[in-house]
Amino acid sequence: MKYKSQAVAKLYFIAALVLFAAQVIFGLIMAYQYVVGDFLFPEIPFNVARMVHTNTLIVWLLFGFMGAAYYLVPEESERELYSPLLAKVLFWVFLVAAGLTVAGYLLVPYAQLAELTMNELWPTMGREFLEQPTITKLGIVVVALGFLFNIGMTILTGRKTVVNVVMLTGLLGLAVFFLFSLYNPANLVLDKYWWWWTVHLWVEGTWELILGSILAFVLIKTTGVDREVIEKWLYVIIAMALITGILGTGHHYYWIGTPEYWQLVGSVFSAMEPIPFFMMTVFAFNMVNQRRKDHPNKAAVLWALGCAVMAFLGAGVWGFLHTLAPVNYYTHGTQITAAHGHMAFYGAYAMIVLAMISYSMPFMTHGKPANSNKAQIIEMWGFWLMTVSIVFITLFLTGAGILQVWLQRMGTNPESFMAAQDSISIFYWLRFATGWVFLAGLLVYFYSFFAGGEPKEENA
Amino acid sequence: MSDKFTKSMARNIFIGGSLFFFLLFLGLTFDTMSSLPKRDHRENITPQVASGKMLWEENNCIGCHTLLGEGAYFAPELGNVYKRFGENKEVIKAFIKSRPVTGIPGRRSMPQFNLTDQQLDDLAEFLKWTSEIDTNNWPPNIQG
Ligand code: HEM
Ligand code: HEM
Ligand SMILES: [Fe+2]
Repeated sequence: MKYKSQAVAKLYFIAALVLFAAQVIFGLIMAYQYVVGDFLFPEIPFNVARMVHTNTLIVWLLFGFMGAAYYLVPEESERELYSPLLAKVLFWVFLVAAGLTVAGYLLVPYAQLAELTMNELWPTMGREFLEQPTITKLGIVVVALGFLFNIGMTILTGRKTVVNVVMLTGLLGLAVFFLFSLYNPANLVLDKYWWWWTVHLWVEGTWELILGSILAFVLIKTTGVDREVIEKWLYVIIAMALITGILGTGHHYYWIGTPEYWQLVGSVFSAMEPIPFFMMTVFAFNMVNQRRKDHPNKAAVLWALGCAVMAFLGAGVWGFLHTLAPVNYYTHGTQITAAHGHMAFYGAYAMIVLAMISYSMPFMTHGKPANSNKAQIIEMWGFWLMTVSIVFITLFLTGAGILQVWLQRMGTNPESFMAAQDSISIFYWLRFATGWVFLAGLLVYFYSFFAGGEPKEENA
Repeated sequence: MSDKFTKSMARNIFIGGSLFFFLLFLGLTFDTMSSLPKRDHRENITPQVASGKMLWEENNCIGCHTLLGEGAYFAPELGNVYKRFGENKEVIKAFIKSRPVTGIPGRRSMPQFNLTDQQLDDLAEFLKWTSEIDTNNWPPNIQG
């Protein structure tokens, strides 16, 4: 850590990890409701648990991205953060807003929350992932503007590198495309059309820029490879991401009322979306192989490599699996979708945030580049437990999904949805059990922060 | 990567490529917007349908169900429920109305939303309108 103000990132990372834990606990609640349907009913119905699960996911990733930006932007720009105070104020605003929103989900029925927050004045609630009350959405916009101002001023008045400019572009895009969440026409088809401008153009667009720049930063720092080489890779990766990902949005426009030509456009372009993810994997391994130094933080390198591989598997391979229109006709909205959602979100976005945390936390806690051997080994146990769990959760959900399609959507005498669900419950039991291993991995990972031992110095 | 391929070439591909495809996307969006009215039958979006959509949202139905394949995968697809229930709004209304407050022991349970008859009717109208959207023949069969 070169600048004092980078340390605000620590607050953001701690909040991210606490919300991550909440996310996983609500995931487990739902996984049990999948097999014992009335668990916690009517206190925490499935839909409420799901909102908490997905909203805490998004918010902890946003905390993670902001923390990553506050850490890497000053270092890249070679100056202190424009306003550390603003960063702290916005942190508390965002945390309180997120806390109140989740409390609202859990404490009152959703319809009452809608009434309390006057949803009828500007109805934006009740759409998947965008369940937040309108006032919370506006709060997010305000926090994002303040954050972009702070980061933007730091970059504009400092050194501009490819890493920080790409990061800023990605964050700007994130804020711009979030604005579509405030548009909710009464026509369901239009609602769905524009909903994807937030959801798809986030995860298969602007967020890839953020992912790429964090990955590039961590690789520059841990491998010592020439910045020129890394920056060229970064440009090529994000170029491929947007060239394929923008029209790739078409893979969501097959069956929602939109014209048929999207089946062709969406299939062709989204079939190429794995390319940038594949390039990220090649890039990460190449840079580590060509490293000029052996960085003592082995755990951070493991997270970075793991992220590249898992993002390719989750987004690239599992995305490709169901992206062609003739396949998607059968798999659309089944457990296959959930399988892909889990590995992609974990592999690409959870892991990149965890990689950044792993790289930067040692500097912020004790000023040395790496934790003790013991702490790193525990952290790596956390890595493997969580990552292997997600792989198995994905495989079980894929099994469930294939059978679901077979039983419910094919043949001459298809089963009803609920009958098919009963037929495949063994997979849900296996997913539930694996969820516990994931939670154990998370706890092991948390424990690594308290493991102590002698921090490691820079290798000679 | 080869040395002849420079960083500024890579940057230009990024900027040019994303701009080009974004403009193309805007163009296709424009075309879609002009052909949608025929497919979504927006002339049938009465105030009742609009109110039904709002009720759908304010009770977070999407948190358990899919609608045209999007949403949660815990409960049945509802884009075609009007057809599955024999094109009968009363069956839909009776189903929603009769959910037990404390659930069904051991089974996935739908909450009792305590909707008025007017609200039930609005919701059913919304689901009826939804079932008439031209979805390119999705879902593959009536089970959704
Ligand atoms: C890291 C990047 C990605 C993330 C985080 C991600 C996440 C998700 C999530 C959460 C959904 C479910 C949305 C919903 O609830 O309706 C979804 C749907 C989908 N994704 Fe991705 N995705 C990523 C990349 C990709 C890529 C690269 C492809 C194609 C190669 C792809 C193909 C699809 C398709 C076809 C669907 C629709 C599934 C359906 O019809 O039900 N995704 N994605
Ligand atoms: C113990 C671990 C976990 C369990 C048991 C679990 C369980 C679940 C369940 C039951 C759902 C709802 C599926 C439905 O709508 O029917 C869900 C949705 C989701 N979860 Fe998890 N989850 C876990 C961890 C995670 C992690 C680590 C991530 C990402 C980092 C994640 C991301 C998501 C996403 C994006 C969705 C929405 C998927 C979609 O719409 O297709 N979950 N999860
Ligand atoms: Fe997508």
